[in-house]
Amino acid sequence: MVATLSEPAASAAPESTAGIDFGLTEDQELLRAEVRRFAEGRIRPGTAERDREHRFPEEILREMGEMGLLGMMVAEAYGGAGLDALSYCLAIEEVARVCPATAVTMSVTNSVCAWPIDNYGGEELKRRVLPSLASGQALGGFGLTEPGSGSDAASLRTTARREGDFWVLDGEKAWITNAGFAKWYVVMARTDPAAGKHGISSFVVPSEAPGFAVGKPEEKLGLHASRTAAIFFNQCRIPAENLLGTEGQGLKIAFATLNHSRLGIAAQAVGIHQRALELAAQYARDRVQFGVPIAQHQAVQFKLAQIATELAAARVLTYAAASKEGSRDAGRLAAQAKLFASEAANRACQESLQIHGGNGFHDDYEISRLYRDVRVTTIYEGTSEMQRLVIARHLLQK
Amino acid sequence: MKIELSDEQRMLREHVRRFAEEVVAPRAKEIDETGEFPRSFFDQAGELGLGGVAMPEEYGGAGMDTIAYCLVIEEISRVCATSGVILSVNNSLVCDPLLKYGTEEQKKEFLTPLAAGQKLGCFALTEPGAGSDPAGLRTTARRDGDDYVLNGNKIFITNGTDADVALVFASIDLAKKHKGITCFIVPADTPGYSHGTHEFKLGVNASGTTELAFEDMRIPARYRLGEDGEGFKIAMSTLDGGRIGIAAQAVGIAQGAFEEALKYSQQREQFGQHLSDFQAIQFYLADMSTEIDAGRLLTWKAAWAKENLKRYTLEAAQAKLYASEMAQRVTNKALQIHGGYGYTKEYNVERYFRDARITEIYEGTSEIQKMVIADWVLNRA
Repeated sequence: MVATLSEPAASAAPESTAGIDFGLTEDQELLRAEVRRFAEGRIRPGTAERDREHRFPEEILREMGEMGLLGMMVAEAYGGAGLDALSYCLAIEEVARVCPATAVTMSVTNSVCAWPIDNYGGEELKRRVLPSLASGQALGGFGLTEPGSGSDAASLRTTARREGDFWVLDGEKAWITNAGFAKWYVVMARTDPAAGKHGISSFVVPSEAPGFAVGKPEEKLGLHASRTAAIFFNQCRIPAENLLGTEGQGLKIAFATLNHSRLGIAAQAVGIHQRALELAAQYARDRVQFGVPIAQHQAVQFKLAQIATELAAARVLTYAAASKEGSRDAGRLAAQAKLFASEAANRACQESLQIHGGNGFHDDYEISRLYRDVRVTTIYEGTSEMQRLVIARHLLQK
Repeated sequence: MKIELSDEQRMLREHVRRFAEEVVAPRAKEIDETGEFPRSFFDQAGELGLGGVAMPEEYGGAGMDTIAYCLVIEEISRVCATSGVILSVNNSLVCDPLLKYGTEEQKKEFLTPLAAGQKLGCFALTEPGAGSDPAGLRTTARRDGDDYVLNGNKIFITNGTDADVALVFASIDLAKKHKGITCFIVPADTPGYSHGTHEFKLGVNASGTTELAFEDMRIPARYRLGEDGEGFKIAMSTLDGGRIGIAAQAVGIAQGAFEEALKYSQQREQFGQHLSDFQAIQFYLADMSTEIDAGRLLTWKAAWAKENLKRYTLEAAQAKLYASEMAQRVTNKALQIHGGYGYTKEYNVERYFRDARITEIYEGTSEIQKMVIADWVLNRA
């Protein structure tokens, strides 16, 4: 039989008798309400200006760190909030609903920087790095992509060679979110040129390492209040204990990290989708044409119904994948959630903008920003095409 | 949030899957071609407790929950959509309202044998002139002493050729529109009750779909379900639950077609390799499985909402809308993966493709679901 969601996960204890529960816990509800309050009160004001001016929300991120939003799944022993993946998704969703750019900054620090360090770092490294990330004193970055290595991550060319108690890195990473603002970067580099995909290792590179440099900010279609730039390693020396896992394990760590982080991007897409629906419904109620609010036109009503239904589907896939993190099917479920939620959010923004008519094309309306911001969700942390490959691989395994 | 079946639900699913594969699947093609109502299937399903999965045991049911009910409908529909809808109608559209609105006496007399699968039920709302707009129905019920006298016609009634009991919606006062609609429990052997022969359709061919006619049909007042004028409310709330069953049916059809396509893609060779080695086919399979999981989760969420929330109209409408349209897309792609063979009767996919189509129509068209959902978004969110 084909593996489906309904199949018990290998890791799940068979004694479950309570069965399926779509409810959130009280703690999760409280967290969601708290993040929504913060997002509306603190992030919303100035969102449009920061987008226009390409301004990074440093002060807001510091406050988010104090709230525990930047090391949400890091164990409390290392200063984190020790929360589950679903709580993390709820928080990302609420931030993305107000500002997708702030959400991706948050997502990168949490899930592609703190998470692999927490899961693959040595004790000393974790004590040195995680508290600063979790408290918001430092942001994190993730360096896998290179100019010539995107979806084909195994073809990366950045190198790392051992010199005594140090690793020395040489190469270049492209499109690095948080570049220049992050203090810690998880970086994949080739340690054994002869070993192909098994010759790649993962490292934690501090921004003050000698030989580390940041390129000029990239100009992007959207997410203007997030920072994206290249990072360079020129005989960049880092301590030997900054290796994550073991030598040669780097690609495995990168893929495990992306399996996890895709939940965050799915949640980001759900947050954007939610907002696109709210804006479309509000506009449809307010806008009068042919003597009635356009919400009374059935064509508009049906668009809203479609957006709302796809939102429900995207959300339930995302929450289900988050709730199954760690199970045998987690990789496939995260890929499904990311694929569906990002594609659905793109359709939602397209249709929401259409309901806004000419106004939606105008910068004064929030939907125009969401329309730009949402576009990258089907691309980063694995394109839709890569998600389909991941899913198909799972399906055809048997 | 926990997406894990209970042990009881998992065991139920295994049992039903075995029953579906050993008993239901071998006849699926034949009944599709002959249109013969599979009464023996219903009898056997009844013995397994599938006639009233979510009905209390004291009324002949299996005493399980709505998610268990979805598992049953999905598993049966995975091999035979016709059999799925026969069960769905008996469970959702007949047993459910009897449990919710019936008197103790009505539950003993009607619900118990229906839930136990000893009797088969049907739901008679639709008329030639009243489809999506049931408030326009023309069947009348005139009070006469301790009886009502019903006259009128119903069409497209699933299980109609074989039903022992019908829930019939009729108006006690046409001028009152939906406020005049009243629901009656009608034994099929009542004088004045008649049904047509089964109609051949695009799909779900053996579901006993036919018309009913009532000619001076005398029904005792104690067989009235709910109050005078309460019928519209009963019909609407019943359809909320029914939509969950149809969503589960759509998920089952899609899952069955998907598995056939997956298997075929790994056997069929062209250009010196298996179809499943081609990226285009891999991407079809990835999209299909993702959409099936989305449909299944929405369906389970609606079932969970029915058990745990006060209202579940929105969840049921979204599950039904999404799952039915998903099934249409998935069966279409499954047929495409089969190529020319998929268009022949040699393979099951052409049946899945035909069967899926009705899920977008019955128990509320996609357009009706969108009206329900839009109302929620604009006025209640």
